[in-house]
Amino acid sequence: MEFSSSLPIYIQIMNLIKTKVVSGEIDRGEKLPSVRELSKELRVNPNTIQRVYQELEREELVKTQRGMGTFVTEDSLIISHLKQSMAATVIDRFFREMENLGFQPDEIKKMISERFMEGNE
Amino acid sequence: MNKMKNIVEMNGLTKHYFRKKALDQLNLTIEEGKVVGILGPNGSGKTTLIKILTGLLRQTGGEVRIDGHKVGVATKSIVSYLPDRNFLYKWMRIKDALKLYQDFYEDFDEKKFEALLDFMKLEKDMKIDTLSKGMHEKLNLSLVLARNAKLYILDEPIAGVDPVARDQILDAIIGNFRENSSMIITTHLVRDMESMLDEVVFLKNGRIVLTGNAEQLREEKGKQIDGIYKEVFGA
Repeated sequence: MEFSSSLPIYIQIMNLIKTKVVSGEIDRGEKLPSVRELSKELRVNPNTIQRVYQELEREELVKTQRGMGTFVTEDSLIISHLKQSMAATVIDRFFREMENLGFQPDEIKKMISERFMEGNE
Repeated sequence: MNKMKNIVEMNGLTKHYFRKKALDQLNLTIEEGKVVGILGPNGSGKTTLIKILTGLLRQTGGEVRIDGHKVGVATKSIVSYLPDRNFLYKWMRIKDALKLYQDFYEDFDEKKFEALLDFMKLEKDMKIDTLSKGMHEKLNLSLVLARNAKLYILDEPIAGVDPVARDQILDAIIGNFRENSSMIITTHLVRDMESMLDEVVFLKNGRIVLTGNAEQLREEKGKQIDGIYKEVFGA
C-alpha cells in the first residue's frame, strides 16, 4: 500500500477499514486479520496496526476479544452513523473544492440537479 | 502499565577522525520492540554510528550501552548486524554459511533460517559466487534475521536491489520482527521504508537534526517522512 497523503499512516489505515465496513465489503461481526497478518499484508510496522485497532476500538467500531481476535461491531447503528459521517466529510470536501473554483451554493445546487436529470434520461 | 525497557542508550556519543567530527554529541534511546530508522545521505555519520554499535570502531567521547552493557563481547552475542557489503567467502555454498553462523552464534535458529531461505527462494546448495546482488542481500538478511537477537542492525538493506527482491526483503523484515527486540535500519530510500519505522532519526553532518515518533512527525508536519527528509536535506 502506498501512503501518500499528509495524514499519519494509522489514520489512513483506519479510513481504509472504515470504508470497507460501511460499504459492506467487511461484514458486521466479521473477524479482522490479526495485527501480524495485517502488518505483513500492508507492509506496515506492527505497532502502527496495533494503534489502528486500539483507535477503532475506542470509536466502538471493533471489539477485541482476548485470545480470539478483533471483530467488527454487530451494532448496525454505529455503522450507519459512521456511514453518515463519512458521507458528510466527502460532501464537505466537495463543497470546499467547488468554492475554491469560485462557485456559489446556488450554482452548485443547479449543477448537481442537472447532473441527476442527465442520469435519469 | 509496565515501563518500557531501553535496548540502546547513547549519551554524548562523539567520534573524531583526526580533526573531523564524524559524530557530534549524539543522545538517543531506543526502547524494546521499536524499529528505528537512521536517515541521512552519504557522509552523514550513519556508518560511523553503526560501526561503534557493532564494536568495529571506538568512540572518541560519550557513552553507549546496549541492553545495559558497554559494547564488547557481551553485546556482540546479542546484536545481529547486516553490513552494507557482502561478508561471506566466495568459495562457500549457502550451507557453509549456515554452518559458520551456527558455530559463531548461539542464538542462531536453523529452522527460522530454512524458512527464510524458502521464502527468499534460495537453496542450500547454491554457491555464493554465483548469486546476484539481490540474492546476496536476501541470503545475508536471512542469516541476520535467523538469529534470536536483542538488537538487529540493518545497514542499507534494500540499496541497489531490484524491485522484486526489495519487496521480498521488506516482507522478510516485517514478518520476522520480534516484540522483545529492537531494530535499527539505516536508509536513504525513505519512501520504501518509512511505513516500517516507529521512530526516525535524521542525521546530518554527524548531528541529530530531527528525531521523533514517525506518526507524530507526520501529524505535526502534515507530510510523510519522505517529504520531511527532502525538507531537511534539501533537494
